[in-house]
Amino acid sequence: MIGLRRKPADRAPKANKPRNRAQFNLRGRLKLVVGTLALCAVALVGRAVDLQLVDNAFYQQKADARILREIPIPTSRGMITDRNGEPLAVSTPVASLWANPQELSKNPDRLPELARATDLPLDYLTRYVSQRSSKEFMYIPRHRRISPAAAQKVLALNIPGVFSQREYRRFYPQGEAMAHILGFTNIDDAGQEGVELAFDDWLRGKPGAEKVIRDRRGRIVENVDLVRAAQPGKDLTLSIDRRIQYLTYRELKRQLLESGAASGSAVVLDIATGEVLAMANLPSFNPNAVEIGNRDAHRNRAVTDLIEPGSTMKPITVAAALEAGVITPHSMFNTSPGWIPNGRFRTTDTHNYGVLDTTGVIRKSSNVGASMIVARLSDQKFYDFLRRFGYGESTNSGFPGEASGLFPSPARWSGTTKQAMSYGYGISVTPLQIAHAYAALANGGRMITPTFVKGQSSPSKQVLDPTIAHEVIKMMQTVTEPGGTAYPWGAILGYHVAGKTGTAHKASNGGYSREYVAFFAGVVPVDNPRFAMAVVVNDPTIGSHFGGLAAAPVFHDVMEGALRLMDVPPDDIETWLAAQAAAEKKTAKAAPAKSTGAIAMPGESPAAEARQ
Amino acid sequence: MTLRLVIAVLVLANIVTAIGVVNARHEHRQMFVQLTKLERARDELNVDFGRLQLEQATWAEANRIDQVARTKLGMKFPETADIVVIRP
Repeated sequence: MIGLRRKPADRAPKANKPRNRAQFNLRGRLKLVVGTLALCAVALVGRAVDLQLVDNAFYQQKADARILREIPIPTSRGMITDRNGEPLAVSTPVASLWANPQELSKNPDRLPELARATDLPLDYLTRYVSQRSSKEFMYIPRHRRISPAAAQKVLALNIPGVFSQREYRRFYPQGEAMAHILGFTNIDDAGQEGVELAFDDWLRGKPGAEKVIRDRRGRIVENVDLVRAAQPGKDLTLSIDRRIQYLTYRELKRQLLESGAASGSAVVLDIATGEVLAMANLPSFNPNAVEIGNRDAHRNRAVTDLIEPGSTMKPITVAAALEAGVITPHSMFNTSPGWIPNGRFRTTDTHNYGVLDTTGVIRKSSNVGASMIVARLSDQKFYDFLRRFGYGESTNSGFPGEASGLFPSPARWSGTTKQAMSYGYGISVTPLQIAHAYAALANGGRMITPTFVKGQSSPSKQVLDPTIAHEVIKMMQTVTEPGGTAYPWGAILGYHVAGKTGTAHKASNGGYSREYVAFFAGVVPVDNPRFAMAVVVNDPTIGSHFGGLAAAPVFHDVMEGALRLMDVPPDDIETWLAAQAAAEKKTAKAAPAKSTGAIAMPGESPAAEARQ
Repeated sequence: MTLRLVIAVLVLANIVTAIGVVNARHEHRQMFVQLTKLERARDELNVDFGRLQLEQATWAEANRIDQVARTKLGMKFPETADIVVIRP
């Protein structure tokens, strides 16, 4: 206020002065104007330098942040195939519809159209959009991972703010039969179980990225640059044979239905390479719809579940005793009267078998015989031998969640432990460990780490003298021959089979329940073995619960098919010829006219000669 | 004199390289557009391939083959009497 009042006072004397041209400093004024302009120019240049040179990076970045976008390029997960290249898990592209709610809520008149196209109730969709109206991204409900054709239909309506994004979905054409081995992936395409989890890094692709210029509405104006190319996941060839796998699954399922069993597992190993050819479990689940169904069925019982191996242990016990030199194949054991004390308990046989030799103990599956054999072994020797056969430690197959079994060291054994262990109680193993141990016996005592991937050279170690291994296999051969516990269920026409039945009481609450577990484990053919298989049938309630009846038929059916599929030459033609002659005699009697047809076949004459 | 010549040459070279840069940039964009187009075509083919593979695997599913062979075609495994063994 004071300044304002003063001003007129100041000006008054100036105005009164006479105007004098000479006093008017033109040069000075010019200098002032030029100086001011120069200052402006300097300021502008200075600002330009600041923008272009000093803080250039910062401003460029700000500008890019507004128009440039790095968007991911999705990529597919690698395919899983079986050993013959048949697809087991395939990723196919699917579309996920998404919307920009800001954009969408600006055009409320298009919502009914969208609701109709997506088959969603209009009020639900309206609420859904308005709840997210401040966001820039939302998936359209129930339209994630739909078929590209269906997504195209919605996109064709050209509703602003509705987009589609490519994703990949995993399909398992083999369904339930392979579910446990393969496992499954979650909605983000990451492996959750099984092989999908174990080889996640290998299968998973690396998503790429590209730079694009986008306008204010999010439309792509121009593709600027490829930041990095997408790397699709690598394919994986499993050791599984799809046909044997299916056969295993089918036969196990049939057996479980027939015997009214609760669950079951079967494992087939290739003896020479340690490759897993098939592994089936029941109950199973549909890997294409994982959310539905019991989580309990997701477990790959063959590698995660612990069971007491029962009599399948006896060949290992005998091998241990043979190696220690405390028995020979011809040692005699008097198993009368069919039981033997074990501390305050009793070890009993189902019958009184009288005097048995070592082979007889295995053929008849005599618990008393096994107890007498193991009595000649020291605790530590027996323990070390079983450890060498892989009991009590994981087989290192690389399968997620593989159990290592329960096998206490001798320091924790009670007086009765060793004897119970000789016929498979007081120790817990997985079905894969049983198959693994039997494969080692059949492989001349050489133990090969099981693998799920084809063509990998797996580490192996010699755990038993080849001669002893062969002796034990020969003893096991008698099990599937007349007089053995698995005859005729485990026998395969044309092949010598070495196997062992098992029947174990299920452990529960520190004791043993009345439920049983039936086993059969075997190798085939005895001369030059190819396959080892372990079958576990849990709690059979209909018919017999003995391993020979409840589990051996699965072995028989699967191995018969596998031998044919893998072109394994028969090693027991004599039995085959005899069976053929018998069958022919029967048909000849029933329909004599039919035999003329057989004579016409040229291939038959040598066989006919051989039959005589 | 020589100084002028040098400057003229440099100016000319400057213009030429500037145009070169613009040209290269343009070409890069063109190529990138083409690459994107081809990649899209490849993806489409991959989509088809994946779908066909899946379709084939579904048709060839063991359970289905088994059912068709047994019921529709009346096939069965040969019995012992039907197999002829030839001594090698």
